[in-house]
This record gives sequence, structure tokens and C-alpha cells, in this order.
Amino acid sequence: MEAEQVTGVDAAAGQPAASAKPRREKIVIDAPDFSDYNGIMIVVEQRAGAAKKVSWQLLGEGRKLAQKLNTELMAVVIGSDVGALAQEAIYRGADKVYLCDSEELRDYRTRPYSQICLHVIATAKPEIVLIGATYWGRDLAGAIATHLPTGLTADCTQLDVDENRLLLASRPAFSEKMLATIMCKQYKPQMATARSGVFLELPRDPSRTGAIIPVPAQMSADEIATEVLAFLEQTERVNLEDAEIIVAGGRGLGGPEPFALLQDLADALGGAVGASRPAVDAGWIGHDHQVGQTGSTVRPKLYFAIGISGAVQHVVGMQHSDVIVAINRDPDAPIFKVANFGIVGDLFSIIPAITKAVQERRQLPFAVAATAKEAVAATAG
Amino acid sequence: MHIVVCIKQVPDSREIRIDPVTNTLVRQGVPAIVNYYDLHGLEEALRFKDEMGARVTVVSMGPPSAEKALRQCISMGADEAVLVSDRGFAGADTLATSYVIALTVTKVATEMEPVDMVFCGKQTLDGDTGQVGPGVACRLDYEQMTYVEKVVELNPGERTVTVHRHLEDGVEVVKTKLPVLITVLTELNKPRRASLPGVLRAAKYKPIVWSTNDFPDIDRAKIGLKGSPTIVSKTWVPEPRKVNTEMIAADGVDALSAALIDRLWNTDLPTRLGWA
Repeated sequence: MEAEQVTGVDAAAGQPAASAKPRREKIVIDAPDFSDYNGIMIVVEQRAGAAKKVSWQLLGEGRKLAQKLNTELMAVVIGSDVGALAQEAIYRGADKVYLCDSEELRDYRTRPYSQICLHVIATAKPEIVLIGATYWGRDLAGAIATHLPTGLTADCTQLDVDENRLLLASRPAFSEKMLATIMCKQYKPQMATARSGVFLELPRDPSRTGAIIPVPAQMSADEIATEVLAFLEQTERVNLEDAEIIVAGGRGLGGPEPFALLQDLADALGGAVGASRPAVDAGWIGHDHQVGQTGSTVRPKLYFAIGISGAVQHVVGMQHSDVIVAINRDPDAPIFKVANFGIVGDLFSIIPAITKAVQERRQLPFAVAATAKEAVAATAG
Repeated sequence: MHIVVCIKQVPDSREIRIDPVTNTLVRQGVPAIVNYYDLHGLEEALRFKDEMGARVTVVSMGPPSAEKALRQCISMGADEAVLVSDRGFAGADTLATSYVIALTVTKVATEMEPVDMVFCGKQTLDGDTGQVGPGVACRLDYEQMTYVEKVVELNPGERTVTVHRHLEDGVEVVKTKLPVLITVLTELNKPRRASLPGVLRAAKYKPIVWSTNDFPDIDRAKIGLKGSPTIVSKTWVPEPRKVNTEMIAADGVDALSAALIDRLWNTDLPTRLGWA
């Protein structure tokens, strides 16, 4: 096509565009015209009519991007008996919702869901499509992007657009040690999956209005080879990536038993138990609990690092926590450098004391009574 | 039953360090390993070789040095190994990679024996995307089962397979028809060690090597950098967290905990956590 796009190819090859001679590549000449692609689309993930948090978070982030691009924000809702969810997507920021509601779509299956998304994309022509980087979202996004075909960036933690309306999708690379910004210059829609717990959802606004557009299912039941036989819910499964509070332990615990102390504190706080890699490798706790490296990258509001020295591999997995409390016997432990609050001492006596203090503080009558008394005293004075 | 296992030789990203002075990746001395999720796929295929005499073919796209990774798979018990290697494949993103892998599986199916199952790791250590598996399934028009933690039943007569798919909040029991592409988690099994006969065979084994010229119908616009819609426009090392750490000291654990709780309740945490 145009010289501008030729430059794009050269930039892709890592050559400075200014010094590179424009080369006319066949792929560039054949590049389809996507100039009528406009708007941002979020594919909403749900189970049994309940949306996943990441979907509302992406509507929140999508709203921001839509404002920058001065365009509309669309949502896609697929499932059985999910009409209410389409309305909810409008309250959460969508201008327009494509709703495919059919009994056969109760369970997620790659083919029927991806066919519906492809149909909606072909109809609505969004310039950007965002999906949560969950097991569900990664399965679906991979199929859609290959069919289209277009570029797909996995697991983003930052999203932005540049002056040419191009999506800047940034994601961690090399076990979180680096960040990379990925672009898809010649295809539309530009696609990305994005992590849960990173972006902010908008306050629910029931006064918002928008259009709900029904979409027919694209496959009949007998065309679908896959059958979901059962869903075995595992409520005890740790999901660190969505946890608001994490109490994590490391090598300093010395064995599996002290994790019970951490569990007590986590219970008192309403949080989940995490662990550093040495504790997991030693077999003291399961891999689902691991933070950093091959484990989860977490962004809770409150993170306790207990008996964790603070090796860089662990820190990259938890440094985006809002408030970090470090408790370690070694005053020189590097973990203290990233902590908001540090305590040097013996975790075996400190943790039960903190648990007790949290329990007391969270039994509000005590705290409220104290505040009320002060307030009364102040008024009286 | 013919099972193809897709593997990738990767730098062990757990060993990659950032040079604190130049802020660049230090790759020297980083060992090249078989992406370890892939080994769990290989183990599952070898289980079906043991149980029902399945034929196991390992395929990989990579530089000539990736032969070493394929020989490791042979030493564990794979029957054949195919390396697709060509300068033209360099710089491929997940879309271009899935195109070449799908062509390779198709060629393996045509020249050796029709393929019933393909195993991939859930993602690679260096790319971390998990997108190549779904891409290959899509291009081959196979059923796609991602994040599988258990293969409950493989029924060659009915040509069905039942698996447990891992989700954030539980496990989905799913039954589908062959041919299928399955991406696997480490929970699936424990990869075996190489056997002595395996090691002896691997030492002499030469993988089958295919280049672009071995694929007469290949669309050169779809491979390598040219066939990759995504580009890395920038990389950077994130700023380390900067905080003024407050060290809390007090006499006795009760005073310590009280001091900590006071500090925490003085932040906006209680409001944001709905405790206030």
C-alpha cells in the first residue's frame, strides 16, 4: 500500500526507518484496508450469569481508551440467560452490547464462542478487542486472533494508544524482569488479553443507557464436538492474582507447620496465603501459592512478607502491592527496601500477636466505642 | 494412535538476570532447556505409548542447536523427532509460529501416519503467551483443549478424549472428539527420566530437519518477521519500587503488633478494604 506502511515494516525489522530504503514487500502491497474499523470492544467472561471481575475492569480501562480515541465502547456478552448481564455491562461503561443468548451457550466451548465473536467483529469492526487474560480468555483470544488473522498480545498490564490510534499493549517479559510494549500496526482489530486486578472498574452507574443488539448463535448443537460434562468448583483453591490481601511466607518459616500461623493471620484479614519459591520448592506448601518467578504476579492492597529475604525474583512478583509489611529476623534482609513497614524479630511470636490485634481491631464495636467516646468528649469539651 | 508433541528449546528465563549497570538482559551462561511444560506433554504421550502402543513424534521449530532438545525427547522415549529450521522462520510471533507448526503437523500426518492428538505446553518460558497452542489447533481445525491438568480417558475406539481443564475457580470436565490439540499444565504428570537404551539411541539419533524448501505450498508472506503482525516497539526495565520504609520497634510483641495495626489503620486501607 502506502509508503508509510513500508516504513512500518522496516521499523519492524529493527532498522531505523530514516536510514532504511523503502522496500516494497508483497505482504505490504496485499495488506487489507482496515480504515473503517472503529471503536473498542470488550468480550465479557461469565459463569452462570456472574461476570468475572476482569471484564468490568477492562470496561473501565476501555472507557479511558475510548475517550482518548473519541470512539465508542462495545461489549460482547455470550451465554445462556445472560440478558441482565448485557444491561449490567452498560452500567459498567459500555455504550453498546452485542448479546448472544442461547441455551446451547451455557458452557464455554471454543468453537461456538469464537464463531460468535468473529461474527460480531466482522459486523461491528472494532479497532481494538480486549479480553481478560484468564484461562477462558486466553483460550478464546488465541482462536479468534488466528482465524481473523491479527496480532494478539498476551497478558498485558498497561494499555494505551498513540497519536496514530495504535494500541500500545505492554506486558512483562522474562519472568517479570522486563516490560515490553507490543504493537500491531497493519491489522485490525488489534487484540490483547489483559490481567485481572490491574485495571480499575468504573463505579456502577444504573442511570447509564445504551443499545443491546441481539446476535444469533453461529453453530447448531450437533455441529459442536465438545461437551462440558461437569464443573467441579474448588472454593478452597487459592487465587492469588485476585486476592486483595496476601500473607506470604518464605524460607524463614523453617518448615511447613508455621504456614498455619500465616493462615490464621490471612483468615483474620480476609486474605490468602502466598509463598516464595524456596518454600514451595521445599514442599512446605503447594505451587498454587507461589508468588514470583514461575508463580503468580500479584497486586494486592496489602502484602505481608514473612521470613522472606526479598530475592529479586520474589520482589518482581509482589512489588506492585499497595502496602507491603515485611517481618524478618535479619535487619539487613533486602525485603525491607521495598516494604512500607518493617519489623525485625521472631515471626513465631509476632504473627500470633498481630493476628490477635487484627481480630480485636476488626471487631468494630470496640474501635467504634473508643472513637465514639472521644467524639463525645470532644463535643462536651 | 499417532501423537505429536510440540516442544521448544528456550533460555531458562529463571536464570536470566538484568545487568544493574546497563539495564539489559544478561543471556550469557543461561542454559538452553526444553520448555518444561512441554515435557509434561511428552510424558503424557509416552504414557499412551506404554499403555496402548501409541506412536510419538516430537516436533520443534528453532535453530539447528535445538536438535539437542529433540535428542533429549528421544532419550525419554519418543519415536521420531522433526526440526523445522530456516532463517526465514526467524522473528516469528505467535501467529507466524502457529502457521509453521501447523504445516509441520500436517506434513508429519501425511508422510508418517494420520495424527490423532497434539500436545503442547500451556505456554513457553520465554514467550509466556500460551497462544501458539490455540493457533495450531485453529489452523489444523482440531478440537482445542487448553490448560489440561488430567487426561481422564482416551478412547481410541470411539475416538474421544475426556480431560480436566483447570480454571481459576475449579475444574471443568470436558469430553471431545479426536483429533484434538491439548495444552498441558505441570499438574498433569511427572516427566520420566531418560532410560539407558533411550540415551544410547539419542546419542546416535539425527532428527529429521525440514526447511522452507520442504514445504512446497508454504506462503512466504506468512512466516518469520514478515508474517508476524505484532512487533516489539519498546522494552524497558521497570523502576524498582521506591518507598520510605518505616521500621517499627517496640517493647514486646503486643506493643509491636499494636503499633503496626495503628499504622495500617492510619492508611486508606480500611476504607478501601471495606473495613471502615
